[in-house]
Amino acid sequence: MKAAVLVFPGSNCDRDMAVALSAAGADVSMVWHKESKLPDGVDVVAVPGGFSFGDYLRCGAIAARSPISRELKAHVERGGYALGVCNGFQVLTETGILPGALVQNASTKFICKTATLRVETSSSAFTARYNAGAEIDVPIAHHEGNYRVDEGGLARLQDEDRIAFRYTDTPNGALDDVAGILSDNRRVLGMMPHPERAADVALGLTDGTPLFASLAEALVTA
Amino acid sequence: MRATVTVSLKAGVLDPQGEAIKGALGSMGFEGVDGVRQGKVIELDLAPGTREDTVREMCEKLLANTVIESYRIEMGA
Repeated sequence: MKAAVLVFPGSNCDRDMAVALSAAGADVSMVWHKESKLPDGVDVVAVPGGFSFGDYLRCGAIAARSPISRELKAHVERGGYALGVCNGFQVLTETGILPGALVQNASTKFICKTATLRVETSSSAFTARYNAGAEIDVPIAHHEGNYRVDEGGLARLQDEDRIAFRYTDTPNGALDDVAGILSDNRRVLGMMPHPERAADVALGLTDGTPLFASLAEALVTA
Repeated sequence: MRATVTVSLKAGVLDPQGEAIKGALGSMGFEGVDGVRQGKVIELDLAPGTREDTVREMCEKLLANTVIESYRIEMGA
């Protein structure tokens, strides 16, 4: 598995993401946002958490218009895999790769805690190693994690089994308790919780490990 | 020339900041505030002759996220 982790000014989970991907066996390159090309043969592009461009204008808005984001879009259009976590999920919605938007938490507060998620589908390269219905503990740390999409958009996500994770006790007001969603070809996952912060015994949480292991398994031949 | 773009959350999209402001106004004793919506104003200094269509394109492509926001353009002198 060949992975690229995008780095924007203000990204701060890029190295954690690289460590989690490497631990799963990936050959990882870090790619600065001004690059206009992804490394050859990249299977999965990870868009990390953080505060790209200081969250100016809207979270992820400026990053979504960076040169590398055009490449990210082309990669996805070619059928490539992508994983966006937290600010990375916001970037994926801002590019239009994933539907909907992430707005301010209903409480207006920044929330930093471990959330319990229910894995809603094991039918994706990211969730194959989980059992559907399993509950996992994954940290969240965000101010704009309140998922919004129009009625038709939500119905599509539900009908197509594209809600990958739901909160068991929604902390941020997200519509239908959405914590993470898949693209229509199921090769792009955007999620607010941080699986890369739950993928090392030393960190005390390991429920994110199967996500990276699933991905490695799916992309093993690549 | 100057264009002023006002970006607002669409009706029906929860506005936690607006709700917080409304709560504060109520607690300060201002009565009859039925709703508060917070948006943003973006002022653009533009080359003379810039068309409103161009500003609309800026709104669609960057200044507003039309999934959740609407915008209004005022072209000034």
